[in-house]
Amino acid sequence: MRSNPKALTGLVALGFFVLLAVVGPWLAPFDPSMRSNDLLQPPSPSHWFGTTHLGQDIFSQVLVGTRSVVFVGAVAGLVATVLSVLVGVSAGYLSGSAGEGLSALSNVFLVIPALPLIVIITSSLPETSNLTIALVIGLTAWAWNARVLRAQTLSLRRRDYVEAARANGESTWRIILFEIMPNLTAVIASGFVGTVLFAVISEITLAFIGVSDAGGWNWGTVLYWAQSQQALTQGAWWWFVPAGLAIALLGTALSLVNFGIDEYVNPRLRTRSSTRGVRMRVGFTPVLAKESS
Amino acid sequence: MSYLLKRLGFYLLTVWAAVTINFFVPRMIPGDPVQALITKQRGQMTSEAVRSLYVLFGLDKDESLASQYFSYLGQLLRGDLGMSFTFFPSPVADVIGDGLPWTVGLVGITTVIGFFLGTAAGALVGWRRGTWADSLIPVTTFVSSIPYFWLGLVAIALLTGPGSFFPASGAYEIGLVPNWDWQFIGSTVQHGLLPGLTILVSSVSGWILSMRNMMVTVSSDDYVTVAHAKGLPERRVMLAYAARNALLPNVSGFALALGFIVGGTLLVEIVFSYPGLGLQLFQAVGAKDYPLLQGIFLIITLSVLLANLLADVAYLALDPRTRREG
Repeated sequence: MRSNPKALTGLVALGFFVLLAVVGPWLAPFDPSMRSNDLLQPPSPSHWFGTTHLGQDIFSQVLVGTRSVVFVGAVAGLVATVLSVLVGVSAGYLSGSAGEGLSALSNVFLVIPALPLIVIITSSLPETSNLTIALVIGLTAWAWNARVLRAQTLSLRRRDYVEAARANGESTWRIILFEIMPNLTAVIASGFVGTVLFAVISEITLAFIGVSDAGGWNWGTVLYWAQSQQALTQGAWWWFVPAGLAIALLGTALSLVNFGIDEYVNPRLRTRSSTRGVRMRVGFTPVLAKESS
Repeated sequence: MSYLLKRLGFYLLTVWAAVTINFFVPRMIPGDPVQALITKQRGQMTSEAVRSLYVLFGLDKDESLASQYFSYLGQLLRGDLGMSFTFFPSPVADVIGDGLPWTVGLVGITTVIGFFLGTAAGALVGWRRGTWADSLIPVTTFVSSIPYFWLGLVAIALLTGPGSFFPASGAYEIGLVPNWDWQFIGSTVQHGLLPGLTILVSSVSGWILSMRNMMVTVSSDDYVTVAHAKGLPERRVMLAYAARNALLPNVSGFALALGFIVGGTLLVEIVFSYPGLGLQLFQAVGAKDYPLLQGIFLIITLSVLLANLLADVAYLALDPRTRREG
């Protein structure tokens, strides 16, 4: 992983956001909801990202909002990953109707449009907090990974070493936990990162259409106010640019980490085979590789 | 043929799941939303409309859960989605009927164009691996991490305004009556261009990435090497051998990703005040218009399933293996 610049960049950026999530509320120069007389000011030394129509400091809103974004991403990612491992690995390992049923279940959840589903559930809940939003996203977003894990488990199930373990009389649980799971680690990790990205975008989208933690801030809430107060027609670009860039940066960081994992699993995807110094060229390498071995 | 039948069975299962979710979710709503509406309308509602709303929310306390469920199914089959709170006294079905053509037009056309453009570009980038084309990848990664709606906001800020060719909101010139004359069609195209481009820019990058990865994987397979060894022209190897096979997972990926894409594109409608289902969803959330929310969810699910079915037919045409019996 250390030799992979993409993954390293992604991890560093990710660490930065997690750090902000922890210390952001202390670093924020103002209370994000506090009104002041500097109405709709462009960025200045005292208000780095400018102010809103009520004189609230946008820099503080973005800083404080990081915690909610990271929290929802992490919780939803965890819930969805646990569910996808349970459903996906069982669907792949169990043969017969149980496996088929679980696989159909994950396909159903995959095809139903996720965002409208999350919207109708969260807007019907008695209360919306960061935790309930994270749980709803986590409970609806596991299907993609379950599908990938099922396919991977299916291909591992018939490998020789698994057959050998079975012939040795090892229990099903031991085979799943100690023979199959270690070979799924990369897939699970990449699924987790992907789900975190999806959860972050979903939370921000929900906040943007007005479903969010009551009284709390996240990047989507900032955009919600910018949109509803017509920031665009007033030329207040500073109102929506920082939050959007923060989303894009966090998203890029997560995607980069995922590329690193993908390239680790599938060496064909690596851009340059710098380790060997031979430039892979279609039509020649397979022959060369066979002769040298 | 058994392949299509199997898929049809699966779609029926999904429709049933969506309807069932729709049946149970409103039971979590605190209080009595119907009573609140009746109070708000001061008795202007017919008893029939009130009755239909009670069935929709499962507030019929005298009935058992099972009979509530069946009367709900019966109501859906009659096309009765209840009464919209925000657009009172229009039924939800009529409200959705107004929005659906706009959404299908905008989202449908741009998604399909995005898929073809992205797949073509991805094939090219994947084939020319290790050249300048690779530098496209960080750019597309960045673009695909931006939420659709934010890109829409930026587009409005940069490209619209007084004197600009692009209108900032709506689907046609205010004052025009929707019909099929050239003035109206021209106005529709002009209004649809910017939202369409926004969706296109953000959806195309996903297809580029997945097609590129498939191309890279496929292009070191033996049959591609053989095609090279036969001395076939580069173009032919790329299109007829590598891309032809890399396309298959991308088409099935298209079907699976539709649900995600539609969610994102609905947000673009909100930003551009485009009068489709996305804008209605936004209004429904704001006004706590539960019947409209549920109706939109159901209609979007059905549309996505229909699109999935079309993608299945395309896959059937592309992959001879699915046509083999047994």
